[in-house]
Amino acid sequence: MKSLTKYRELWLAAAIALLVIAVATRFPAFATPARLLAVFNDYTILIILALGQMTVILTRSIDLSMASNLAFTGMVIAMTNAAYPAIPVPVLIVLAMVIGSLLGSFNGLLVWKLDIPPIVVTLGTLTVFRGATFVVSGGAWVNADAMSAAFINLQRASFLGLPVLSWFAIAAIAAFYVFLTRTPLGRSIYAAGVNPTASVYAGIDVGRTKFVAFVISGMMSGLCGYLWVSRYVIASTEVANGYELQIVAACVIGGISIAGGIGSVAGAVLGALFLGVIGSALPVINVSPFWQLAISGAAIILAVVLNARGERRQGRIILRQAAAS
Amino acid sequence: MTATDLATNRHVPDRLDKPLTSALLSWEMLLVLVAVAIFIVNSLASPYFLNAWSLSDLTFNFVEKGLIALAMALLIISGEIDLSVAAIIALASTFMGMALQAGADTPVLVLIGLSVGLACGAFNGFLVTRLGLPSIVVTIGTMSLFRGIAYIILGDKAYRGYPSSFAFFGQGYVGWVISFEIVLFAVMAAVFWLLLHRTSFGRTVFVIGNNPVAAAFSGVRVERVKFILFCLTGLMAGVASILLTSRLGSTRPSIAFGYELEVVTMVVLGGVAILGGSGSIIGVVLAALIMGLVTFGLGLLNVPGIVMSIFTGLLLIIVIALPILWRRFREARSG
Repeated sequence: MKSLTKYRELWLAAAIALLVIAVATRFPAFATPARLLAVFNDYTILIILALGQMTVILTRSIDLSMASNLAFTGMVIAMTNAAYPAIPVPVLIVLAMVIGSLLGSFNGLLVWKLDIPPIVVTLGTLTVFRGATFVVSGGAWVNADAMSAAFINLQRASFLGLPVLSWFAIAAIAAFYVFLTRTPLGRSIYAAGVNPTASVYAGIDVGRTKFVAFVISGMMSGLCGYLWVSRYVIASTEVANGYELQIVAACVIGGISIAGGIGSVAGAVLGALFLGVIGSALPVINVSPFWQLAISGAAIILAVVLNARGERRQGRIILRQAAAS
Repeated sequence: MTATDLATNRHVPDRLDKPLTSALLSWEMLLVLVAVAIFIVNSLASPYFLNAWSLSDLTFNFVEKGLIALAMALLIISGEIDLSVAAIIALASTFMGMALQAGADTPVLVLIGLSVGLACGAFNGFLVTRLGLPSIVVTIGTMSLFRGIAYIILGDKAYRGYPSSFAFFGQGYVGWVISFEIVLFAVMAAVFWLLLHRTSFGRTVFVIGNNPVAAAFSGVRVERVKFILFCLTGLMAGVASILLTSRLGSTRPSIAFGYELEVVTMVVLGGVAILGGSGSIIGVVLAALIMGLVTFGLGLLNVPGIVMSIFTGLLLIIVIALPILWRRFREARSG
């Protein structure tokens, strides 16, 4: 099973490499390290969000409210910055993560304590959070003039040759890797998705595990709320509208099974990067950006078809083992 | 859901142990009460609400989404979902616009709208049933694909200049204040009610939703039924596309953006279990009406659409949570 999983991420990495090479044969400038690092930097936010979404999907849930959470938190943080420019940016980042976590815990509580299907809960909070963004801002925008220089420039500063924004993604990747593979709570997230019944017998509170997953996805949405508004230097109600499905798409392309329990940090990152490379390559090869949506749609379908084959084989093996015991 | 869960927690009788009507009535009664309450609040809050033309305008708010919700209800009861419906509206509308540029007249436009919808639904159905893929992921993919094709064809442009005979579908009145849209919705609601609650096909939809394996062993062609349901949902999205294009009089690739989640909200609010197996058309019709009443009432009070969405979102969560809390409360009291 482990070799098969590794296999899948290798395939995806190969597909991304092929894509880069194909573009580079005609436009060599695209494959320069600087350009590729810029693509990584451009898609940092999607990577972090996909990692949060993956944690939720692993527990057989889904969080459709991430983009709305991002918009709300981004707005609150931008307004706070505009009103109190003296508050240091790191404090604002922590505040963003706290607000995001609170919104996430609201989702989590409804799923945990009331057993409402996650898709219903987050479908509801998707509209509620975005509506709340409008209410707190009164429909107004917060733009560059109102934000402090530190707020805008922090993520653009260079550290060890990379923009700080990229370091956020690297830190998130490392944190998620350690959390999901090296901590009991991280393993219980996988367990709750693979087999909830067995997890209960193993002493795992499946509901609480889902709650934790929603808090994590909320925290990442909050963090990205800050990253988004400071990157695009605008906070409005429309920020990241419709982005929730893009996040799910990154996970799906990355081989994270919507049925729970299967998926890896590398997969989520590669899934986001795949969308990133496509999005960045289209303008380079002079294809209208209007093609991007259709291409990512086709990529999603292709990824599901390929992933489903792997999963089906695994399913049979599990069944045979169960029959043997 | 494991095998033991199915054996112990879920039984699948032909008839529920309570009479079916009373079991259904409780949820629908709740919806009726909510609808009546919102109606009363609306008429007290705005002097412009209680007026035949206002009430007629109200129907335009929910008919297009409601038509899709009727078919989506069957699909969700069978345990699947289609998130690509709004994208199908966009694609069907784009193709109608292309035909218009080529000089097609109303009957051809309608035919194209319907067949694009049907073809998209069949494509979803093929991917889900033939290739055995999870529908939520497949339709997130086709959602991007269908709308993406619309964007490729149209870019940032728009099709305009639909013939006046085409405008009838979305703007026409059958008589007095009765719009063509609401008549069509009433007819389709009756058709879907008959299909789901009065035919053997409808019964198989419930059986599949409760236990697809048992359904297969009972001789139900699970994949075929699901395929038909996807086609039906696509077709209704095609119908909605005709109505919406006719009402707006133009086609942009961003048409009906975000409708899919509103349709699913409508279906769930209507009492259809999101995990499949139960639900009713009457509930869905009531939910469509409630969402129309909320949006229109708040609109009369000049509440912006984005704030209305808070109400629909909260309504969804509260209506689902209340019965659960109530059951917990009663269980706690009875010990």
